[in-house]
Amino acid sequence: MKELVILSGKGGTGKTSLTAAFAGLSQNMMLCDTDVDAADLHLLMAPEIKETFDFVGGNQAIIDPEKCVACGLCKALCRFNAVIEHTNPLSFTIDGIDCEGCGVCVDLCPEKAIDFPRKTCGQWFVSDTRFGPMIHARLGIAEENSGRLVALIREETRNRVRKQHLNLILTDGPPGIGCPVIASMGQANCILIVAEPTVSGIHDMKRVAQLAAHFKIPAMVCVNKFDLNPDQGLAIEQIARDNNIRSVGRIPFDPNFTQAMIQGKTILETHENSDASQAIRKIWQTIMENPVMKQERIM
Amino acid sequence: MIISIASGKGGTGKTTVATNLSCCIPEPTTLLDCDVEEPNSHLFLTPNFTGRENVIAPIPEVDDAKCTYCKRCMDICRFGAIAVVAKKVLTFPELCHSCGGCMAICPEDAIREKDRVLGIIETGFVHPKTDNGKKIQFAHGLMDIGQVMAPPIIRQVRTHADPKGVTIIDAPPGTSCPVIAAMKGADFVLLVTEPTPFGLHDLTLAVETVKILDIPHGLVINRAGMGNDDVKAYARKEKIPVLMEIPFDRKIAAAYSKGELIISCLPEYKEKFLRLYDDIKTLVAQRRQVR
Repeated sequence: MKELVILSGKGGTGKTSLTAAFAGLSQNMMLCDTDVDAADLHLLMAPEIKETFDFVGGNQAIIDPEKCVACGLCKALCRFNAVIEHTNPLSFTIDGIDCEGCGVCVDLCPEKAIDFPRKTCGQWFVSDTRFGPMIHARLGIAEENSGRLVALIREETRNRVRKQHLNLILTDGPPGIGCPVIASMGQANCILIVAEPTVSGIHDMKRVAQLAAHFKIPAMVCVNKFDLNPDQGLAIEQIARDNNIRSVGRIPFDPNFTQAMIQGKTILETHENSDASQAIRKIWQTIMENPVMKQERIM
Repeated sequence: MIISIASGKGGTGKTTVATNLSCCIPEPTTLLDCDVEEPNSHLFLTPNFTGRENVIAPIPEVDDAKCTYCKRCMDICRFGAIAVVAKKVLTFPELCHSCGGCMAICPEDAIREKDRVLGIIETGFVHPKTDNGKKIQFAHGLMDIGQVMAPPIIRQVRTHADPKGVTIIDAPPGTSCPVIAAMKGADFVLLVTEPTPFGLHDLTLAVETVKILDIPHGLVINRAGMGNDDVKAYARKEKIPVLMEIPFDRKIAAAYSKGELIISCLPEYKEKFLRLYDDIKTLVAQRRQVR
């Protein structure tokens, strides 16, 4: 089993458009969208949802006004300022958005007046697409635990890939370098950083590259929209060389990416012979020929 | 007044709007870059940094001499950050949410807290090249590589808000806890999107987030003309005011790629950002009247 995780640090550099295009070039592959906060891959893949599961994340503290004697200990203990004090008469409630789900107030309330129900924080789906099966998810608005949901759907993807005798996982990752990104990359063969030739693109790709190095995961980089600023594009490739990251190619700026997106297709489907499409095919070949993508991972 | 700039989808132009808007506001302005995983505002404003502070989170430290291995710390911890194995207590700092539960429940008073560094805050000021008189206060957070806890860093960046002047927050992408930390308590959320299917889809999520927090909001459509009209149709249906459109223009894209502000390469935009600010002020005042 092999897994390539598409990341970028900065949002909007083309991770999802590229992941979908690669999916169209792969066989025996399963897609996994780990951008559970703001997933977009389904907009290109038109998944037919076969199975739906609830994601039960953390718990939430709720004060039972019948039992509460308004001693205020919960407010004193809460490190997240989630306990709201009301006057006339004195009473306390918990702000569901600020509650971290740590349960400290629940366990230490002398009146045992705080309930701690588990809450459904989102859903995840197993779907079929024209390029192969896909696992994706939707974290509820304003919810926590995105890292746990990512870990869960990656685990499910691996189990199903094994069972269905597939051999490649293509993972469309989230932006940033935090909790869901770290949960997206563990054990992968390699990450592909989609960088854009801008000052922000450079700054952010460096941080993802550092993250990959920190967790000892091999990285490759491709520059999207290269001709928007070729000097910055070259700078990205130089940074890659300096950091032992393989540059796998350049994709020209092409408004047809947006046109393809509007049709719910990949650019390879709508503009098969464009320069961008040819660049993507070459990049895919370069990635798959790299020794790191030939290693079987036991996951 | 706090104006939080958010989007759902990444790369739609939050930083562009936050930096340009900050330079055009006539009142004293503070810009807080709360995208602590990937802060970019400083690349466009090149602040003079004058201060630097660590963001620390307390984590438990167990005194083996006092510990009786009763496991109550392990039982209270919902994050699996402390474990008692035979006659040994293990802590996992990267899982710890610093709730203090283990310390509060320990009957032997065997747990103290020590500091763990999550990242840094840099503070300073900007004299925008486009306006000789203005000085913008600036702060951003930078999460350490390999850390996962962005919200405490965001909350600490926000302690640098100016209660008297205007504070602009450059929020991270997404809809989960870091975004909430960057939006909560704001007087207005300015949502920046692009007129594409991805932009629209993630905008609808961002709007749901803003609605949960009950904050007045408006829309900036960036790269207008590059996709279709669905974002506008959605805004009409949801009655979200479109406060500004920035057309797709290779000149703007090229300037951005070099770290230039729009108002430097196209000075006529100063007027547009000023109008945007006036519109936001009006909407905030309307909401205050309703209350």
